This record gives sequence, structure tokens and C-alpha cells, in this order.
Amino acid sequence: MRDVAVVAFAQTRHTGQDTGLTESELIQPVIEEAKERSGLKRFGFTCSGSCDYLAGAPFSFVSALDALGAWPPISESHVEMDGAWALYEAWVRLQHGDIDSALVYGFGKSSLGDLDRIMTLQLDPYYLAPLGLDRLSCAALQANAVGADRKELTEIVRRSRADGRRNPYALDLPDPEDGEEPFAVRPLSRGEVPPITDGAAAIVLAAGDLAGRIHARPAYIRGIAHRIEPHYLGMRDLTRSPSAADAARAAGVGKSPVEVAELHAQFPHEEIILRAALELPGDTVINPSGGPLAANPVMATGLIRIGEAARRIHDGDARRTVAHAAGGPCLQHNLVTVLEA
Amino acid sequence: MGNPCAVIGVGQTHYRTSRRDVSIAGLVREAALRALADAGLTFKDIDAVVVGKAPDLFEGVMMPESYLADALGAAGKPMMRVHTAGSVGGSTALVGASLVQGGVHDRVLVVAFEKQSESNATWALSTHLPFSASLVVGAGGYFAPHIREYMRRSGAPGHVGTLVAVKDRLNALKNPYAHLKIPGIDRRMVESTPMLWEPIRYLETCPSSDGACAMVLASESAVTGTPAWVHGTAMRSEPITRADRDTVSPQAGKDCAADVYRQAGITDPRRQIDVAEVYVPFSWYEPMWLENLGFAAEGEGWKLTESGATALDGDIPWNASGGVLSSNPIGASGLIRFAEAAQQVRGMAGEHQVDGARTALGHAYGGGSQFFAMWIVGRERL
Repeated sequence: MRDVAVVAFAQTRHTGQDTGLTESELIQPVIEEAKERSGLKRFGFTCSGSCDYLAGAPFSFVSALDALGAWPPISESHVEMDGAWALYEAWVRLQHGDIDSALVYGFGKSSLGDLDRIMTLQLDPYYLAPLGLDRLSCAALQANAVGADRKELTEIVRRSRADGRRNPYALDLPDPEDGEEPFAVRPLSRGEVPPITDGAAAIVLAAGDLAGRIHARPAYIRGIAHRIEPHYLGMRDLTRSPSAADAARAAGVGKSPVEVAELHAQFPHEEIILRAALELPGDTVINPSGGPLAANPVMATGLIRIGEAARRIHDGDARRTVAHAAGGPCLQHNLVTVLEA
Repeated sequence: MGNPCAVIGVGQTHYRTSRRDVSIAGLVREAALRALADAGLTFKDIDAVVVGKAPDLFEGVMMPESYLADALGAAGKPMMRVHTAGSVGGSTALVGASLVQGGVHDRVLVVAFEKQSESNATWALSTHLPFSASLVVGAGGYFAPHIREYMRRSGAPGHVGTLVAVKDRLNALKNPYAHLKIPGIDRRMVESTPMLWEPIRYLETCPSSDGACAMVLASESAVTGTPAWVHGTAMRSEPITRADRDTVSPQAGKDCAADVYRQAGITDPRRQIDVAEVYVPFSWYEPMWLENLGFAAEGEGWKLTESGATALDGDIPWNASGGVLSSNPIGASGLIRFAEAAQQVRGMAGEHQVDGARTALGHAYGGGSQFFAMWIVGRERL
């Protein structure tokens, strides 16, 4: 495979409420920053990830094109998935060998609606959605199946929130309260639910010599793979994530030690499942950015994991990092990226 | 363009106003199984699945690929979901082809669908965010002014749209999958239908269909059966609100065509392309795209249509399948164009086969005439 690297990453200062910005206004500064950091004005390919249902209107990506200043017309595509899959599509496109750069972005404003009810509409419309099984209930089913120690879960939240408070882009959220917090959906406590977040992120990929010309320490994508599982929760062993494990093997996570892993774990029990699936050693630092428990701009959260994992390499803090992105109910779909200096 | 890629299987459902006999999953699976059967393969032989459809509001299911993973045999494999407005069917084929051209996979299943009977497409296209302009007119009301501007510029006589409406529906009579089959259709019948959006009459617009289309794409070493080789692929997008963009003949369409022609070595599309499947949802878009795609000089497209050149027995048949005017499951409509182009060069188009077709164009557009996806397929490897 052709060498492709993350050479620029930009994200919004995510907010826990609607600040009145349209989606175009939200992404425009982030794209400008990515262009500035990469020094590139035009890209061989552009790809984005977003979801119409967050805004409750069709074609959320259409107005986003206005923010890009796509003139002269650009080679461009869009996935109705987290921006991490837009990055995957761009990485594949760069493998053709005829272009050397790609701009990828993802964005979402989950403040605009009731995210729990919206996510229910992702379920099988005949047999599952009518039951009203919502996002938190799905997560609670999985948390229950995992049966993790409460202390361990609380510690994951506490660590994520503390890291988030040190991350200027993440939300400033309090520690979970000591003792018994009220349940969101048993056994999930309210403190274990990811925050409603508005935000966007952009990444520039560069292939071949271009990567080294743009950044002194490009974060090379040494492996990237994704797998999906059956949709129906009853057909899966919810205590494990075989799709994340398969993707991790295909991406080569276990070939050498991982210093930092940014996991798209929206709930603390998902971190436990993913650590096991990716076979991450105990000394791997998990979600130093605070992760989705500190900022969860849906449709950009997975892409931000790749950006944060790359940033550790850009800054010289790490030589080998892993990023993970997820989609679908209860970690149905998992994408794993291995980044190296 | 990367590694060679070929279409080795095509599957379509019959297009209907309403497929009440199948669920969404049943609909996409029907097309997928037919594509696999055509390629002599099963789901086991597929490395990855790419799903495309237009806005999720059309069925009221958000990101339905999550639910469709099981029906499409995707469990344990990579699955992607493409959405690029009306061009999405074409883009879905291109994303699938890219996985082969990039050397990532050997066999990819691409599927696009729409089950429009589940909701109201005009409503789904007309909702909008606060503070952003919405005409609440659906697609016809949006495109009609562009057509009137084309007529003004080109001086095309008013009956040219009627000719396209008749021609594509005559072709549809030869296509077993087509939705609209109107025996005895002629100019008088079209002209007697109500005016919906001046100058578009009822029979000059596309239907609203349920349906799915699927293709199996393969690398050179994984080809089974009769291949259609991909000679070129291109996507282009331009912003909807740019003040000086030409919505009648968009620059993105011209650039996309130039890119795909360059890859396929085409300098004279009218002469070198044997058959074209072009996204014509309203009759007048045939002359408009004839010019945008370089088959006719600016202002001359309508003359080509009027001369009969684009008919099934003309020198450059457009939409031999009956096109979008005869079948329109929106998210699948682009993929159907790409698939029908492949069927022509595979010599498998049946009664609407263009004799000796060796090179074909598949085209799709979407949004406010701002998203374009195209490919050229050929009987021989390039």
C-alpha cells in the first residue's frame, strides 16, 4: 500500500449547547485551519461525513460545500457515516496513485434534537424501532451484559472527564459524583452518558513525498480496516466486539506496542470491550484527549479520534498510536487505524 | 485510475410505484442476489459492501445500512454508506470501484435503493433548517426555471421535451424492469397531460419508484463471467449558492466529463461513445446534458434530440433502458444508469441492446445540478 499520512488536524472548540451557528459556519473555520496548517489550498479529493437526521433536514452536506469554497469544482464525495469513514474513503482514493492530497471532515450538531429518539430511527424499522429502544437502552443492555465492576466504570469516567478538562477543545465537565448516581437507564448512571455536543473536525491526508514536505513528523497510516456485525443485538455476543478485533488484526495493531489509543467509546463499558478487542496492553494510554465522554460531536467523534492519535505523533509525544471509530447500535461497526511516526 | 476494475454482475428489481410485498431489506437483497447470480457468486465471495441511497428522510430510517448489514451478507466485512444527493447511485458505483482500483479488495458488492412508497419525496426534499431559504417546491419546481433559461438561450422549440418523453417511454416498453410502461405513448398523449411546472408536463417528469439495483465489481484476477471494464471514473461537486455558477450547464458537469473522457481516451464523445445512460429526470435535461457532456455544441443539443440521433435506432442512443423518466427509485437511479451502461457493453441489455455497443457512458447528477458522477465502461480492457 502507498504511504499516506495525516499531516494536519483541526477541530472546533466543541460546545455542549447550540451556539446559533449553522453547520456551514461551524465547519468553515476548521477547514480554513486545516488548509492553513497543511499549506494546501486545493486537494486531489475531498470527503465528508454527516447525518441528515441530526439537523432534521435532507442534504446537510450540500450547504457544507459552500463553506469549502468548492470553486473551481472539486472531486468530492460524502458518507452518511462518521467522518472516520470519509477518511477511509479518501485513503482508498489516494491508493490509486494519481493524486497526493485529500481533505476530510465530519460535523454534527446533536444539540438540535433529542439524540436518544433520533438514534432509535437507525434501528430496523419493522421489528426494533417501533419498540422505542433508544440509544441509552441499547447501551444499557450492553453494559449489563458486560457486567463490569462499578468502580472500574466510574474510574473510566473520572479519568476521561479530567483529561477533557485539560483539553481546550473538549467540554468542561464535572467528575461523576461519589456514591450512587441516579440511573439514566439501569445499570447506566447519568454520569456515564456522553455529553450532547456540537462540533466539527477536519484532517488533511498526504501521500508519498508530499507528506514530508508538509509536516516534519507526519503520522503515517500503517494500517486501516473496518468491519460490521449483524444489526440485531440478539445475534451478537454483546460482551465482545469481534468486528473491532477483526479490524484491529487487519490493521496490524498487535505488530508492536501501542503508546496511545483514542477509542470511540461513548460509554465506559465500551472502553472495556474495545481494550479487550484491540488487545491493548495495560500501559497503553487510553483517550488522553478525554475521548467521547468529554466531547461527543456525533459524526465527527470518530474522526477526532484519528486526529488526536495523529496529533500525539505530530507533537513528538508518541511513535505509534491507534485510533478507533464506531457506528451503529452497541458498537456494531468498527474502524481501526494504526498511525506511526 | 489505479488497478483494472470490471463489472461482472448486475441485478435489478422490477421498478414499481409500491413494492408492498417486500421490506426494505427484502428489496435490496432481491437486487443483490440477482447481481451475485449473474456473476456466478454468493455472498461468501464478496469482500466488502457499499450501500447508496438518497436522503434517509425518504424512508424515515436513519443510516439504514446498519439494519441492512444482515440482508446484504455484510456481517464480518467492511460496509460503507454513500450519500451524494441524486448522484448517489453513481457515486456508490465509484466508491465500490475505488476499493478495487486502490487494490484494497478483489470483489465488491454495490447496492443502491429507494423505497419511495414509504413516504413523500417532495416533502422529504423540501424540509429545511431555520433561517435557510426553502422553496418548498421539490425537484420539479427547482429545475423548471433552469429549463426555461435553457429554452431562452438556445431558442429550442417547445416540443423538444415532448420528444424525449415519448422516446424514453418507447424504450421502456423494451425493458422488463421499467416502471412506466405506456403502450401507444405519443406526442399528443404527453401534450394532453397537465402542466406541473412550466414547461414540464406530467408525462415529462420522472415517476416515484420503489426499487434497488446491485452490481458486483471485480479486480482483473477475480473476474468471472462477462466483464464490462471500467475505462474511467470521475466525481465533481460545486457549491449551490455560488452567485456566478451556471446552473443550466454547470462547470462541475463539464469538468467531470472532461476528466472521465481523458481517462478513457475519448476526444469526440458523440462518435466514440456507442450508448449513454444519462440522468434525465425531466425531459428537457436530455438536450441540456447533450451540450454539457460535449455530445453537441452549446445551443445545439435540442437539434440532436429533434433529429432522432438519441433514439434507440439513432447514431448515439441515450437512455435505451427508458432512463430515469421511466423508472426512478431516486437513490438507485444513478446506479441503474451505471449498470445499464455496463449491460450494453456486456451485450446483455436484452431487447433494448444497442447493436455492437463497445463503449458506454453512465452519468448521474444531484443537488441543485451541482453533484456529478460518471463512468465510461467498455467491452475491452483499456
